[in-house]
Amino acid sequence: MANNKMIKLWIDNKEVEVPEGTTILSAAQKADIHIPTLCYHPDLEPSANCGVCVVEIEGQPVPKRSCCTPVWEGMKVTSNSVKLRHLRKTLVEMVLSNHDVVCPTCNQNNKCELQDLAYLLGVDDSRLPKILEKKPIDDAGFSIVRDPNKCISCGRCITVCQQVQTVNALTINGRGFDGTVTTPFDKGMSESPCVNCGQCVVYCPVGALREKSNTEEVWDALLDDDKYVVVQEAPAIRATLGEEFGMDPEKVTVGKMYAALRKLGFDRVFDTNFSADLTIMEEGTELITRLKEGGKLPLITSCSPGWIKFMETYFPGIAENVSTCKSPQQMFGALVKTYFAEKEDLDPAKIVSVSIMPCTAKKFEANRPEMKDSGYQDVDYVLTTREFVKMIKEAGIDFKNLPEEKADDLMGAYTGAGTIFGATGGVMEAAVRTAYYVLTGREMDNLNVEAVRGMKGVKEASLTIPTKDLGEVSLNVAVAHGLGNARKLMEKVVSGEKEYHFIEVMACPGGCVGGGGQPFGSSLADRARRGMSLYKEDSDLPLRCSHQNPAVNKAYESYLGEPNSEKAHKLLHTYYFQRSTANGQTQKEVTHKH
Amino acid sequence: MKFYRSHILIGIDDSSLQSGVKEIENSLRQELDKNNLSDEVNILETGTLGYFGTGVSITVYPDQITYVNITKEDIPEIVSEHFLKGRPVRRLMLDKEFTSKYDFGYKRRIVLENSGLIDPENIEEYIGTGGYEGWEKALTEMKPNQIVEEVKQSGLRGRGGAGFPTGLKWSFTAPLEVEQKYVVVNADEGEPGTFKDRLIMEGDPHKLLEGVMIASRAVGASKAYIYIRGEYKLCIQRLQHAIKQAYDYGILGKNIFGSDFNLDIYLKIGAGAYVCGEETALIESMEGNRGNPRNKPPFPGVEGAWKAPTVVNNVETLANVPSIIKNGADWYAAFGVEGCTGSKVYTILGDVKHPGLCEVDMGTPLRTIIDGYGGGIKDGKEFKAALVGGAAGVFLPNKMLDVKMDFNSLQEYAAVLGSGAILVMNEDADMVDMLWSVIRFFRHESCGKCSPCANGNEILYRLITDIRNGKGKEEDLEHMIMLSETMKESSFCALGQSLLLPVKSAIENFREDFLARMK
Amino acid sequence: MYEKFIKKYAPTKDNLIYILHEIQDNHPQQYVSEEAVQEVSEYLKVSPAHIYGVLTFYTMFSTKPRGKNIIRLCESPPCFLRGSEQILKKLKESLDVKIGETTKDGLFTLELCACLGVCGNAPVMMINEDVYGDLTEKKVEKIINDIKGRQE
Repeated sequence: MANNKMIKLWIDNKEVEVPEGTTILSAAQKADIHIPTLCYHPDLEPSANCGVCVVEIEGQPVPKRSCCTPVWEGMKVTSNSVKLRHLRKTLVEMVLSNHDVVCPTCNQNNKCELQDLAYLLGVDDSRLPKILEKKPIDDAGFSIVRDPNKCISCGRCITVCQQVQTVNALTINGRGFDGTVTTPFDKGMSESPCVNCGQCVVYCPVGALREKSNTEEVWDALLDDDKYVVVQEAPAIRATLGEEFGMDPEKVTVGKMYAALRKLGFDRVFDTNFSADLTIMEEGTELITRLKEGGKLPLITSCSPGWIKFMETYFPGIAENVSTCKSPQQMFGALVKTYFAEKEDLDPAKIVSVSIMPCTAKKFEANRPEMKDSGYQDVDYVLTTREFVKMIKEAGIDFKNLPEEKADDLMGAYTGAGTIFGATGGVMEAAVRTAYYVLTGREMDNLNVEAVRGMKGVKEASLTIPTKDLGEVSLNVAVAHGLGNARKLMEKVVSGEKEYHFIEVMACPGGCVGGGGQPFGSSLADRARRGMSLYKEDSDLPLRCSHQNPAVNKAYESYLGEPNSEKAHKLLHTYYFQRSTANGQTQKEVTHKH
Repeated sequence: MKFYRSHILIGIDDSSLQSGVKEIENSLRQELDKNNLSDEVNILETGTLGYFGTGVSITVYPDQITYVNITKEDIPEIVSEHFLKGRPVRRLMLDKEFTSKYDFGYKRRIVLENSGLIDPENIEEYIGTGGYEGWEKALTEMKPNQIVEEVKQSGLRGRGGAGFPTGLKWSFTAPLEVEQKYVVVNADEGEPGTFKDRLIMEGDPHKLLEGVMIASRAVGASKAYIYIRGEYKLCIQRLQHAIKQAYDYGILGKNIFGSDFNLDIYLKIGAGAYVCGEETALIESMEGNRGNPRNKPPFPGVEGAWKAPTVVNNVETLANVPSIIKNGADWYAAFGVEGCTGSKVYTILGDVKHPGLCEVDMGTPLRTIIDGYGGGIKDGKEFKAALVGGAAGVFLPNKMLDVKMDFNSLQEYAAVLGSGAILVMNEDADMVDMLWSVIRFFRHESCGKCSPCANGNEILYRLITDIRNGKGKEEDLEHMIMLSETMKESSFCALGQSLLLPVKSAIENFREDFLARMK
Repeated sequence: MYEKFIKKYAPTKDNLIYILHEIQDNHPQQYVSEEAVQEVSEYLKVSPAHIYGVLTFYTMFSTKPRGKNIIRLCESPPCFLRGSEQILKKLKESLDVKIGETTKDGLFTLELCACLGVCGNAPVMMINEDVYGDLTEKKVEKIINDIKGRQE
């Protein structure tokens, strides 16, 4: 509620004053009073499903949910009592009765919010009958697996899929006890409008949603002497590893990441940041060409595979606006089995190309049939941050005490521009740095483009560039992260309400640092902090512009020719389809390979 | 106007339609024609006559004789005996002693005063009984706040189950100054054993419309919706017809009675979900969503349909309003008891001689309703229990039969008036089976929005099923009460909170039935 | 192909339930198909996921083809007390189907439902739009046979 009226209330006899419209739960947090919750997540509108957060309010006949009950003047709240504890224990016991309790083998073991709560409350789950009715697991897709037997119907996945992302792949089939989270007509994630963004996975409290794991295949390759296993890691990985290993979460972890990969047995350790810089060279050139030659504007970024499938499903009409550039992962993949194989004189058939991504949609992207420009599947396996962390732990690597190592040459060097790809606004900022240089012949005085940083849903800026041959050019740019925000922005583009030149879209709130492959429960606050650590690394790096990347320049000189060359187009660019809003299947090509 | 010496009221409702009432009506007309009686005897189609399990019934006025279970073959006899020779056909008459003793409460009826007496498809007949006078008075003589005040004074309380004072509910919405407000009629009658709203809508649809109009004027709503369950085909038909007539007569629409007040009434059809009787779930459903309840606060009176202030009232509640406005609050408050004024419509079902409905003063003892209006237990059996208030009600044993039926008195017995359904069970009934049926109902109707209700109902269902199959343990009874208490305290809406009453009352009042299954 | 049913209503979400009723009532197999959902989705600008959620919430709707005659037997307490379980048994036997199934000849689908509000005549069932009350096993037999006879 948008007013400044303050409300005074008492929680456990402690006076609290909060703005009108605040929930009891938020008021309690402000007063440093802990109320247990299960279905609640601070980023999402409360579904009010579980009832664990109930509190007693003087004068009310029954307890009320603190997550969704607004405070009122003079309210007297009791946050804990014998009765409330008993109630909460029984509620969790009832949830467990309908939950497939297989903690040791569960993906979310030790990170499960239900496991935690049941343990802390001391729940006895032997009193009530088990009511779970086993349902089939949905694992037909490349990215996400849904295990309805673990689902506790908290509703977070549906809220994030429908409200935050507006993807509308998840809904409820039936009602009551028989009600099941599912896709339209129960056809499974792979035949739904799901874009594989994985936000449902990140917010699932109990492991009912997880990535389709590829760790087994990667272990097999690593342990196979015949295979040459090459790895790339996305920018956001380095912003997240620290928090998973009890290190300073505000600092990126690069050297230890390389060291861990070598310990795991990867034959060559490169970096996706390299191909992020390469992407800027290709996409920046595409932008400048379109600006100069009157091509389709605005140009919209194409790094985020969740966004690409979303565009193909809901906005196929703007496919020509979307950059033809492949994502950094796929550019990298195409080069590993061509450029790298040629330089090292390796048989590309023996190369296993692995990427480590904060993303679940990258698994789908790697498996798109058209992503075979090297003559092989360009990227063989994609691991999420979570899978990578699990492998490090399985191998017993003492991550915290690893030495700092460097990436391998050829495709390992990167600039600050590549690193900030991991945060919302980063691609835009990186592109602006290079476009400015190309158009003006000199570097920007201040490389930081503050207007496109931060967690605001849609960021807009108008940038003035004094170009060499076009005079003063005013560039209208916009950045959207989270597909709900992207949808709003695209509706403006389609209606022509506002004219833009360049737009960055990332499927996940916060950008890749908030990707669907990131640690469970990643909140918006976590994502903002990870973004900040990437900007910090950028400012500390000696080279901060993609066009300064020596490895990228070498790739052009010795292999690709120049940006947007014919060879670059063959390996580094792609095309798009129109997809059904009912089942996500391709209907026809809407742009074509050059 | 023609003068008839006799009027035959023929009840057309869902019950009589299935017994072929239309065919019988036709042969009655033909038979009267054949005997040249068409100008002397008038046939009036009306709503229910109030008797069920009695096939097609007719009531002949002024004789006040009711024939039941009529077949086509009986028609020649009725016409020649009753209308030609003036001799009632005894074998077809409803228990004469019974009807004259209770007169089905016609003299004290408020909401059903016209039901079974007028043609529900003819607005003129409604107007002829003084209908729409309250509406005219409300619109031309009263200010909105006076209407609210009058309803407050009358002591009218919501008839949907919760018994919230209607005038007070209106007073939250009336003063809000916003562009759009709504009145929504909750006609999603789904409480098992309840069909009073159906009978009001089938028998006297204009009574409901008049109540809606007055309510809309009182709170300042220019649009009203009647949310009616999809199964009530005849109600939908009659209401659509009645709304059209009201527009034709200028009682609805723009500048009604020359005032600056505009009102449109729309129907919204449900599709089978008991939970939509909960007012916020009903609003969700009206908006085209799954019928999951919303959090309260904000209450619908402040933020309801399409975020606009919305007054949601039950059909029976609104059907009381025209009489209150026409006759005044004091007149109304003379019915019933203090704190619970007016009348209440009950449906009496199960093992009674005369299943049916009655409208009696608030505060009438349960025993009077069952023995009097229901005719007592049939087949010479003994009374065992009455499930009072619908599935969400209480299983009352014999010793509680003298409870007065009003919101406050029932509370003393930890019971509720609920929807007014009274399901009577004789000595043969087994409370394990009955509770199993009640729990199965809630299990089926739980929306699943909240886990206490969805999981709780399933666990209860498994436990009672085990007991029913002889696999239960005595401790299961304590678990069932504990679970339903947890559901009462933590379910999101009234549906999940409802289980406690039937579960606890069945187990506590009829424990021996449960133990008998554990031997 | 569903256009004529859909376009009878204004393209606002609150008409969704009306439209679904209309589509189902006009389908010979009394259900709402995926294709219909897609068309409604485009007309109302509401996602297929939402419509599927709504369809499966309300018991009157079906997303699977059904028989020509939908039998909905009330299983609520008043009908239960008056013997609906016996009636259910009888229905299952004479139709040779389980709950939710359709007879091989496509004539009947057997469903259970909550209170139909005709409890004065318990036990009660509804076949399509018609209500049948005071059911006995004998009466059920006759009703089924009558409908079968009319189809021939």
